Amino acid sequence: MKIYLTGAASALALGATLAHAEPQAEVLHYWTSGGEAKSVAVLQEEFAANGGTWTDMPVAGGGGDAAMTALRARVLSGNAPTAVQLKGPAIQEWYEEGVLADISNVAEAQNWAEVLPESIASHMKCEGTWCAAPVNVHRVDWIWANADVLEANGIEMPTTWDAFNAAADTLQAAGITPLAHGGQAWQDATIFEAVALGILGPEGYRKAFVDLDMDTLKSDEMKAVFDQMRKMRGYVDDNFSGRDWNLATAMVMNGEAAFQIMGDWAKGEFTAAGKVPGEDFLCASTPGEGFLYNVDSFAMFEVEGDDKRAGQELLAELVVGKNFQEVFNLNKGSIPARTDVSLEKFDQCAELSSADMTASSDSGSLLPSYAHGMALRGAQAGAITDVVTAHFNSDMSSDEAVQMLADAVANSM
Amino acid sequence: MTKWLEENTPKLVLAPSFIAVLVFVYGFIGWTAWVSLTRSRLMPRYEIEGLIQYDRLFASPRWDTALNNLFIFGALFIVIAMVLGLVLAILLDQNIRTEGALRTIYLYPMALSMIVTGTAWKWILNPGLGIEKTVQGWGFETFEFDWLVDPDMAIYTIVLAAIWQSSGFVMALFLAGLRSVDGEIIKAAQVDGIPTWRVYTAIILPSMAPIFLSAFIVLSHLAIKSFDLVIALTGGGPGYATDLPATYMYAMAFSRGDIGQAASSAMVMMMVVFAIVVPYLYSELRTRDD
Repeated sequence: MKIYLTGAASALALGATLAHAEPQAEVLHYWTSGGEAKSVAVLQEEFAANGGTWTDMPVAGGGGDAAMTALRARVLSGNAPTAVQLKGPAIQEWYEEGVLADISNVAEAQNWAEVLPESIASHMKCEGTWCAAPVNVHRVDWIWANADVLEANGIEMPTTWDAFNAAADTLQAAGITPLAHGGQAWQDATIFEAVALGILGPEGYRKAFVDLDMDTLKSDEMKAVFDQMRKMRGYVDDNFSGRDWNLATAMVMNGEAAFQIMGDWAKGEFTAAGKVPGEDFLCASTPGEGFLYNVDSFAMFEVEGDDKRAGQELLAELVVGKNFQEVFNLNKGSIPARTDVSLEKFDQCAELSSADMTASSDSGSLLPSYAHGMALRGAQAGAITDVVTAHFNSDMSSDEAVQMLADAVANSM
Repeated sequence: MTKWLEENTPKLVLAPSFIAVLVFVYGFIGWTAWVSLTRSRLMPRYEIEGLIQYDRLFASPRWDTALNNLFIFGALFIVIAMVLGLVLAILLDQNIRTEGALRTIYLYPMALSMIVTGTAWKWILNPGLGIEKTVQGWGFETFEFDWLVDPDMAIYTIVLAAIWQSSGFVMALFLAGLRSVDGEIIKAAQVDGIPTWRVYTAIILPSMAPIFLSAFIVLSHLAIKSFDLVIALTGGGPGYATDLPATYMYAMAFSRGDIGQAASSAMVMMMVVFAIVVPYLYSELRTRDD
């Protein structure tokens, strides 16, 4: 009898497999560090629980350079992975190569247009069709501070750049490094875009770093941005060159430095060290209006076979699903891309981030981060970063920097 | 049949490697040259657009810095490593007792990977950890040695590390050269009462000319392909102050999705190599003809 039952069950299972193909997905990603790997495991488990077979293809290397090289080789050989961790304009760039798949039916069935903020949704579309699924939203324009250091020096979280400068001067007089910073080009760019957003305002930022408007790039406001960057350079200790961002975070944690300007992945460092937001460390948006986002997403590549296509659709559905968005972002330190996920389990920095995201989305100041590859294509973003880091690491004048900026952008087209 | 085999065996044996070199070296050089003439971004494209990528390249201040750095680094590295290697070799050539041990010690850095050298020197030169901190700790409060974080001086830290790595190898090369000079001539010179320094400058060194040339070629190609050392030691920073053409090409090809630009920089690098190697080959082939 038992044997009969098993036989029947396997016959049934076989029938099911034949009827609709078992979802298959080969996923290329570069989430290989501790917290990130844990976050991917969440997705893998959920995928398997829904009857799918997941083939993991992690390629180590934080910025994803190595992963992109692997992807290029796969696409050139006509054997693209099912889904690839891609973000920003790179999605459209790959679309133009004619290799991305259309997942509009999933997006429409799941009502993505309703639950995602409009500007974030626009990154997931390729000429009107949906071609990628967002995973999270990292806010980039954060300023982190050591609560004890601020209190001991009678300083509030700054809300204008002048207030920041005043606070930094006080701290410097007290012998504390005001700004913890790692001297790598992308970190220079991170500070630069936060300063630019504050000084140019959301409209000016969009003109400069999304539309690449030459007048804005050469404007007096842009000179003011470089002036402020020169000040920031003075607030950084002398030994910052080549330092990793998490070491800069540690300086804030230990009270060696007061502030750090860095995306919300820095929060992961604080909480991993057992620090409590609001008590040990403070978080606030950098001075000025607006919200700079860095959205991780999965782009779906054109694949052959029903099982692979089924896997693609299941993956897209799960990635934007409420459950995954909550669990993943709790692990990663970011906030859900969809706006209807309950934030009960998140900390106050994430709540602030989420509230700001909704508000900025309504007021049109929800903006893509240029430093993290959301606003511009690689060549243009790289050209701007070259100028920013050259200015930050030399005694170049703001006039010179603005001229160089305009030339570099023109040259990168 | 056997006769045919006898005649053609050398060709058959050489054919596979010949074809491999033809395709994977010259074929890819040709491919890179082609791509450098296109507007390739993320993926290679094949419509020829002319010299736009080269225009962009030479308008880029970063490429300027990279090329300047190559000349500063190359010149200092080659000259100092050769002089130092020669001095060490001459000193070791004095029939001292522990020569074997000393030679190993000098040669040892060559056994390390450039990445290890770079990382070790990064710590040694870091003002907050290494030499500067140590000397200040001894009481010399005003001592400063912050080349690593000074954009104007950082390129010299790369020279420093590269010399440390390679001068032992140059020494070994020269030592072999010194030993290969005909002992009879030296003895004859000594019998004639010629001072040792004259023996070196007038007899030994001139007869070592081919070794100088080999050392020069090896060092100059090391200089041009230096990539790992820069990545480990400075990461190209501060800013892009220590960029070399190799790191520039890598950044364009792999971080920025600007393949056309990377290809044009690779072509320029290749021309720099040719400028050095072609005269060398020319002189080599000519001497053989004689």
